Amino acid sequence: MYWMVLLVLFVTITAALAVLLAPNLLAAVAASSVVSLALSVLFVILRAPDVALTEAAVGAGLSGVILALALRRLGLWGLGDDNRPAPAEGSGDA
Amino acid sequence: MTPPPIEFLLYGGALALVALGLAGLVMARHLFRSILALGILEAGANLLLVLAGYRAGGVAPILTPGTLGQPMVDPVPQALVLTAIVIGVGVQALALALALRVHQAYGTLDVAEVRGRMEADTDAAAGLEPETSRDLPAVERPS
Repeated sequence: MYWMVLLVLFVTITAALAVLLAPNLLAAVAASSVVSLALSVLFVILRAPDVALTEAAVGAGLSGVILALALRRLGLWGLGDDNRPAPAEGSGDA
Repeated sequence: MTPPPIEFLLYGGALALVALGLAGLVMARHLFRSILALGILEAGANLLLVLAGYRAGGVAPILTPGTLGQPMVDPVPQALVLTAIVIGVGVQALALALALRVHQAYGTLDVAEVRGRMEADTDAAAGLEPETSRDLPAVERPS
C-alpha cells in the first residue's frame, strides 16, 4: 500500500513536470491526461471512489479530447518542437 | 525510523502539484501551456481537498449493510471536489475558446507578443502615441 502510494505520486509529479517541460504540445496534452489518471488512482486509495470515477472519465477523457481538438484547430498538432512561438531570445519556455 | 503516514506523503504530493501548476502558470511563454498548467494547479487543489476529509482506517462513504457502524471518511469534501472537477473542465473549455480567438486575431500564442499587440491596439483605439520607455531621456543628449 505504502509503496503503491509512493509510486503513483511519483508518476503524478513526473507527468506534471512533463506537461511543463515537454518539447511539443501534443506530448504535454498526453501527459496531462496521465496526471488525471494517476490522480484518480490516488482518489481510490483515499476512499473516494465516486470522485475517482469522475476524474478518470472527465479529467482524463473529456478534457483530453477537448485539448486535442483545440490543438488541432490551432494547427499545433504534430510532434515537432513547439517551444518557440516566436523565434526570439532563450531556448526553453515553461 | 518509521516511515511517515501516507497522509503526509500525499499532502506533500498535493502541494508539489499546486506549486508546479503555479510555476507553470507564471512562467509559461505559450498560452496553451499555461492552460495546461492551470489544469495541474486544479488537480493539486482537488487532491488537497479530498485529503482534508481523509481519515486513516475509514471506509468509503457508501452505506451498505457491511459498513454500517464503521467510521467513514468525510463525504462533504468529496462532494465539493466532484463539482469542482466538472467546473474545471468548463473553465478549461472557456480558456481554450479564448485562446482560439486570440490565435485568430493575432496569429500567435506567445504571451509577450500578444500582450504587446493588445497594448498597441488599445493605444491606437484610444488615439494615443505608442508608449515608449519611461527611462528614456526626454530630449536628445547634446553632441
